[in-house]
Amino acid sequence: MPETILFYLFAGMAIVASALVIGQRNPMYSIMLLITSFGALSALYILLDAPFVAMAQIIVYAGAIMVLFLFVVMLLNAPQEDAAEWDRTHPLRRPGTARFGAMLAGLLIVQLIWALVRVNESSTAVGAAGDVAAISSVRSVGRVLFTDYMFAFEATSILILVAMVGAVLLAARETGQQ
Amino acid sequence: MIPLGHYLVVSAVLFSIGTAGVFLRRNLITILLSIEIMLNAVNLSFVAFGRAQGNVDGQIITFFVMTVAAAEAAVGLAIVIGLFRHRESLNPDAFTLLKW
Amino acid sequence: MIALIPLFPLLGFAINASMGRRLPKTISGGLASLAMLASFAVSVLVVWQVAHLAPAQRVIEQTLYTWIASGDFNLDLTLRVDPLSSVMILVITGIGSLIHIYSTAYMHEEVDREFARYFSYLNLFAFFMLALVLGANFLVLFVGWEGVGLCSYLLIGFWFEKKTAADAGKKAFVVNRIGDYAFILGTLLIFVRFQTLDFQRIASAVAPLGVEGTFGTLSVATLLLVIGATGKSAQIPLYVWLPDAMEGPTPVSALIHAATMVTAGVYMIGRNAVLFSHAPKTMIIVATIGAVTALFAGTIGLVQNDIKRVLAYSTVSQLGYMFLAMGVGAFGAGIFHLYTHAFFKACLFLGSGAVIHALHGEQDIRNMGGLKAGLPITYWTFLLASLAIAGVPGLAGFFSKDEILFETFAYGHTILWTVGILTSLLTATYMFRLVFLTFHGERRHDAPAPQHPEEEETPAPSHHAPAHHSGHLHDAPAAMALALVLLAAGSVVAGYVGIPGALGGHNALGSWLAPSFSARGATTLADRAVGEVGEPEAGAAGAEAGSGTELSLMVVSSLVALAGIGIAAFIWLKRREIADKAATTFPGLYKLLLNKYYVDEVYDATVVQPIRIVSTEGLWQGIDVHVIDGAVNGTASIVDGSSSLLRRLQTGSVRAYAGSLLIGVVLILGYYLWR
Repeated sequence: MPETILFYLFAGMAIVASALVIGQRNPMYSIMLLITSFGALSALYILLDAPFVAMAQIIVYAGAIMVLFLFVVMLLNAPQEDAAEWDRTHPLRRPGTARFGAMLAGLLIVQLIWALVRVNESSTAVGAAGDVAAISSVRSVGRVLFTDYMFAFEATSILILVAMVGAVLLAARETGQQ
Repeated sequence: MIPLGHYLVVSAVLFSIGTAGVFLRRNLITILLSIEIMLNAVNLSFVAFGRAQGNVDGQIITFFVMTVAAAEAAVGLAIVIGLFRHRESLNPDAFTLLKW
Repeated sequence: MIALIPLFPLLGFAINASMGRRLPKTISGGLASLAMLASFAVSVLVVWQVAHLAPAQRVIEQTLYTWIASGDFNLDLTLRVDPLSSVMILVITGIGSLIHIYSTAYMHEEVDREFARYFSYLNLFAFFMLALVLGANFLVLFVGWEGVGLCSYLLIGFWFEKKTAADAGKKAFVVNRIGDYAFILGTLLIFVRFQTLDFQRIASAVAPLGVEGTFGTLSVATLLLVIGATGKSAQIPLYVWLPDAMEGPTPVSALIHAATMVTAGVYMIGRNAVLFSHAPKTMIIVATIGAVTALFAGTIGLVQNDIKRVLAYSTVSQLGYMFLAMGVGAFGAGIFHLYTHAFFKACLFLGSGAVIHALHGEQDIRNMGGLKAGLPITYWTFLLASLAIAGVPGLAGFFSKDEILFETFAYGHTILWTVGILTSLLTATYMFRLVFLTFHGERRHDAPAPQHPEEEETPAPSHHAPAHHSGHLHDAPAAMALALVLLAAGSVVAGYVGIPGALGGHNALGSWLAPSFSARGATTLADRAVGEVGEPEAGAAGAEAGSGTELSLMVVSSLVALAGIGIAAFIWLKRREIADKAATTFPGLYKLLLNKYYVDEVYDATVVQPIRIVSTEGLWQGIDVHVIDGAVNGTASIVDGSSSLLRRLQTGSVRAYAGSLLIGVVLILGYYLWR
């Protein structure tokens, strides 16, 4: 019972926060709200007996990625969105396109709901199967990660290296101005 | 006990919100944030499925998704910085040089 | 050794074609003539060898190599000398050599390069003609057949810068082609029927079969071959190229269009005598074509004003006689006439060449006359040859023509005989009209001056420099005179090899040729064991009608010949105005004859123009421009159009690309949900 309440609470928080994220004019506010959403999601992960993921979510996502976003926003001193002259001439602004886009979105939602309804195990209770202790400890995650998924792990490290180099190169000032 | 379906619904809703953000917002940063929302939604459904099956694989996948999201966010923001330097604008509609 | 016979001219061709332009005229001309003489010498040797064999086995073969070996069909490049081909090779190489020697003088005004080109073509022609007559199967014969057609085209259009000459060459080739198409079909049919193309094997296969009463395979096949022969030998309906072929140099007309190429059709029928004998329906068609053509051409020749055209129509007419002979089954007689005709027709052509040469290019007989005193050698040889062709007793033409007429009568074809006699009368008349107008009387300049180039009745002067009437005439130079004299002598004595039994001779030529026309005699080398001689053709007819009939027919034809000469003498020697009055009294008939019965115009309207219209409107405008070009251009414009539509996808807007992503996602999702 308390689980259900907690679930609804945090789920609601995550959804509301995300909905507000996409509604904000100022990117700063969006970022803050998104951090809130991530926190709620983290709580959901704990409910799902995944403490490692919950902690990783906070540390990596909320702690590193969002901070990076903040840095960039403050660096750029980004102006707020304005419905400037770009909008008047853009092809996507035409009424036909807007209606098509709306229809497409509706279609997507319908498909998603339909998919969800058809999932067989939708009614099964989460948390029934498996040994809680075995699957929720960091030790077990680590063991599986470094044995079965060893190659993916190493590949990911190279991916991060590449991303780092790419980010530095892309963001560097053009040498001509020095 | 919360049925799996509930988690999936939450994930679907979050995904839709993220998609809507990508298409409706005209600020590059906000678009990137919406992409992050979508990735999180997917993470949630992975963990839920993993828990429902009683193994730890869902969390492993989530681990990798997060790593990739981090790399992508870094590179994406670097590109945004570069673009901003050219046009002084974060509106995606401003960048149409590849038009036919 | 047989291979040497065609080989010498081929070598001559090779040398003259490759190096001729750098050689002086004496060498290129001399080389070509030498090649022909060498070929003649070898031919004599080979014939001598053949003659020493027993009559039933007079065959010498030489297989050069296996040409086609496909499955169980084998075809070798085999040359075969038997009595028939021995006569042909002697005629081709002998008269050919004389004409080569004549040409060295006649073509002397050409530049070195053109001179060599002429002789290379002449040698090439000799090679192909020899291949034709020496071939042991249909394919080798056909190689020669096509080759002489090619050389005819090359030589008729020798002065190709002159439009009429180029057109005449093309016409000859195209008309021949039509005949060749039928020839190929006939050959294929024979192959299907007999599984072989070798002449002797076909003859042995046909011999035991019965004569075909209806229009069966044999008749159709032989008829197709005959159509090919009408193309090559200028009979109705494909004779139209021969008069135009007079655009070529005169020696060419003498060699190709009198003595050798045009006889190829007659030779082919003779070569397949056994086959043809089994298809009487075709035979009667051949005889009829021959007779009708002879009469038809004779009437046209009567009113022509170009000296060479008269001779051309005369050739068509005499070939008609040969066809008539082949058609009634008198194969030996036909070949006999071929042989004598070669002599006197070549002599006549070469004589006309001498006249043209002396008059510096004048060819219209209305501008001639009074040349008898100035050109004695030319005159006397021309006169002898004309007497021979008219059929005056004692000369070659009398014996051969008479034998044809006798055989026709003896086999019961009285109507054809009548046509033949009428043609005889016409022959004598128009030939002596030619003689009298050209050589006798006073020199005239009656032809109207040419106003337009296409003025039909006034033949344009030939290639030689236009006339400068210098009053001084020089007779034929030595090289030309030699040929003329030898050929005239031949016109006189050549016939004596075929004196019929009725006059006390024993028709040596007929019995020499007989084994070639019967299956038993034409044994393969493997079947030499069979030694019986088949009934000689010449004797068979003689058994039906006694020598009395033959003698009386001889008298009739002699009288007809003399009558013809008399008529010609009366009109054109004594009272020229009769001819002119006849022309004005019957203007329609005169015009009809003068314009060759408008046959060319009819062909043009019925065949040429429709084909041209179909080609231009249908094939060119319709299919080529609209369909093919349309397809190609259409493909290009489709690509163009679709690409200009597709490029609108490149909006340059990131959000548009995201939108297309979403569309893709929705579709894929929908697909998986549907399943």
